[in-house]
Amino acid sequence: MFKEVLQSIEGVEFYTIVSMIIFILFFIGMTIWLLKVDKKYIKDMSELPLKENENEFSNLTGGTK
Amino acid sequence: MQLEKFSYDNEIVRKFTIATTVWGLVGMLVGLIIATQLFVPALNLNIPFLTFGRIRPLHTNAVIFAFVGNAIFMGIYYSLQRLCKARMFSDLLSNIHFWGWQLIIVAAAITLPLGITTSKEYAELEWPIDIMIAVVWIAFGINMFGTIIKRREKHMYVAIWFYIATWVTVTVLHVVNSIELPVSLLKSYPIYAGVQDALVQWWYGHNAVAFFLTTPYLGLMYYFLPKAANRPVYSYKLSILHFWTLVFIYIWAGPHHLLYSALPDWAQSLGTVFSIMLIAPSWGGMINGLLTLRGAWDRVRENPILKFMVVAVTAYGMATFEGPTLSLKSVNAIAHFTDWIIAHVHVGALGWNGFLTFGILYWLVPKLWKTNLYSKKLANFHFWIGFLGIVFYAFSMWFSGITQSLMWKQFTPLGVLQYPNFLETVLQIVPMYIIRMIGGSLYFVGVIVMVYNLFKTAKQGSFAKEETAEAPALEKFKDPLMRGVIHRFLEGKPALFIFLTLITVLVASVFEFVPMFLIKSNIPTIASVKPYTPLELQGRDIYIREACNSCHSQLVRPFRSETERYGEYSKAGEFVYDHPFLWGSKRTGPDLHRIGGKYPNLWHYLHMENPTSMSPGSLMPSYPWLHTNDLNITSTESKINAMRSLGVPYPEGYEKIANDDLQMQAEQIATDLQNAGAHAEPNKEIIALIAYLQRLGTDIKAKSNMTEQAGN
Repeated sequence: MFKEVLQSIEGVEFYTIVSMIIFILFFIGMTIWLLKVDKKYIKDMSELPLKENENEFSNLTGGTK
Repeated sequence: MQLEKFSYDNEIVRKFTIATTVWGLVGMLVGLIIATQLFVPALNLNIPFLTFGRIRPLHTNAVIFAFVGNAIFMGIYYSLQRLCKARMFSDLLSNIHFWGWQLIIVAAAITLPLGITTSKEYAELEWPIDIMIAVVWIAFGINMFGTIIKRREKHMYVAIWFYIATWVTVTVLHVVNSIELPVSLLKSYPIYAGVQDALVQWWYGHNAVAFFLTTPYLGLMYYFLPKAANRPVYSYKLSILHFWTLVFIYIWAGPHHLLYSALPDWAQSLGTVFSIMLIAPSWGGMINGLLTLRGAWDRVRENPILKFMVVAVTAYGMATFEGPTLSLKSVNAIAHFTDWIIAHVHVGALGWNGFLTFGILYWLVPKLWKTNLYSKKLANFHFWIGFLGIVFYAFSMWFSGITQSLMWKQFTPLGVLQYPNFLETVLQIVPMYIIRMIGGSLYFVGVIVMVYNLFKTAKQGSFAKEETAEAPALEKFKDPLMRGVIHRFLEGKPALFIFLTLITVLVASVFEFVPMFLIKSNIPTIASVKPYTPLELQGRDIYIREACNSCHSQLVRPFRSETERYGEYSKAGEFVYDHPFLWGSKRTGPDLHRIGGKYPNLWHYLHMENPTSMSPGSLMPSYPWLHTNDLNITSTESKINAMRSLGVPYPEGYEKIANDDLQMQAEQIATDLQNAGAHAEPNKEIIALIAYLQRLGTDIKAKSNMTEQAGN
């Protein structure tokens, strides 16, 4: 059923295959990049939220009561 | 390097914080009321504005768009400024966003109880409010992207990508799903009909869950969990991978809401396959959240904030495993239309959204008011009572859903339904409804305790509207050819990032929609299916106003247990004039697609006045106002015109004489009722509703006329 429906769109295979290929390439590219990426960069990125002006009041010590 | 001095706007965060808690209380209170109404139907006090169908969307809209919505904005306005090392782009836009959003919520709280609704789940608001939403959303977008563009931090932390994906996708969803033709100031019909309307609606509904309840919360998790745990996220690489996978896959999964429906098979399978694939990126997020706490579990024991967050992330993991499981056809056959789905969404809503919000609030309020949390004990109490509430809620609804579904499907050895009376299966699960209400109450008590705790915290602290900060100005990004080209390149260019996210979302959507809209064979036409008569059309709009579709489906699935109970299963071609489709998603009462002609008019007349008179023990509320309200027939002309411009084949000029037909049909029904001994008047709303109900599903009963023009 799936195939019949799609075949009735002219050149539909082209679009689906191209979009699939684009995304697969994107994921492969991203994975390769993730494997090769500079560790320091990743470390810096992950520490971004913690690198603010830490003169704020800490509430992790818990309540006063 | 020159340091620039600036200040963070804490005032806007404070406003959204207060709105989050206030609307949280309201939304959950309405939830408790409707949960109680399910076993005490008289609780509607025979007042239309308090009746289940009308206030159920009030509950869903309040918790999704008011409670969770404000919490998202609270979290984004706090974290975005700090991650970008910049004040929000425009204070004016911040305030337009805040007050505009609250105005929308108030408009929803007024219109929904009045029965002003489009009937589309999570998109019930009528077109003027839809336009307001679009305006406010764009203000938010300009403000957010303005802040990102003028940031002083070179890189965009992963939380920001989730915020961007949220904004882009919600924009697309809202626009596409809200394309409707206004009939009057407060009434519109969607341009799509039947199966196509269903597909668009659940593409929207599913992705509203994805991009309003999930991606922004993942963004919040990636910011606030590391902050609360004081350690970086477990794997930043995993966050990149699961972000793109999530955005890519989520969009495709919408049709899993329509399994075994009249939707073509290929679209159903598409939904299932992508739903299963979704487990990977969803669990990527969960694992990343939980493992952030590796080696710090001792702190979880001590710190209520982390407790809330751990349960939230775990609930996310459970819900995102349960979801794909439910989208397997065999599981869906049991779970769909039952309380199992209610359990599923509440594991997400109470666990993931609720608990993450509470964790953030307990972290944020002391920060904003520069003090310690008033009481850690009360926070711990909130955690445990809330947790217990979720357990009671989820288990009672799982139990209820499976029990009822198995009763619906049970045959005797002789091959007839063991529980032919639907009501029997409802009465069986009433104890579960009571337990669910208790669970909800526990959760609600926890929230009240939290609000008290936060209020006391704020009172003992001192709030500063401005928080000064300093950071070096952002250098021009000039090394796109260094290592990490792809992502760093993207990250340096928010506009390109937005574009890619948009493309990802659109490709999937187009792939899903195009065949459905272009190919005729997807919706085999049935010659005997005719447009509604004017009276039926008015009755249909009363059905929508009272949101009968909150509790009654209009979709008989192709199972023997359903065709035995209700009649012939529903065909795509039967809904071609249904703007909007009214398939429903829950059977608190029986399916109504084949109700037409099943009972005499008098039965409906008495049943709507007091359901227990016809079905002793029924949990349906009474609708006595339908018998006293005059039917408004001044709208008939514009309704016929609107329907015709949407493609419903009413003859030219018919709108002028439609009310003559309407009155003739009303007289017939009234006479029939009078002959049966009822004091019925032809000009009352009940007559139109009866006309509609008696029409439902009858078109194909005239089998001799039926010709399937295209095979399936």
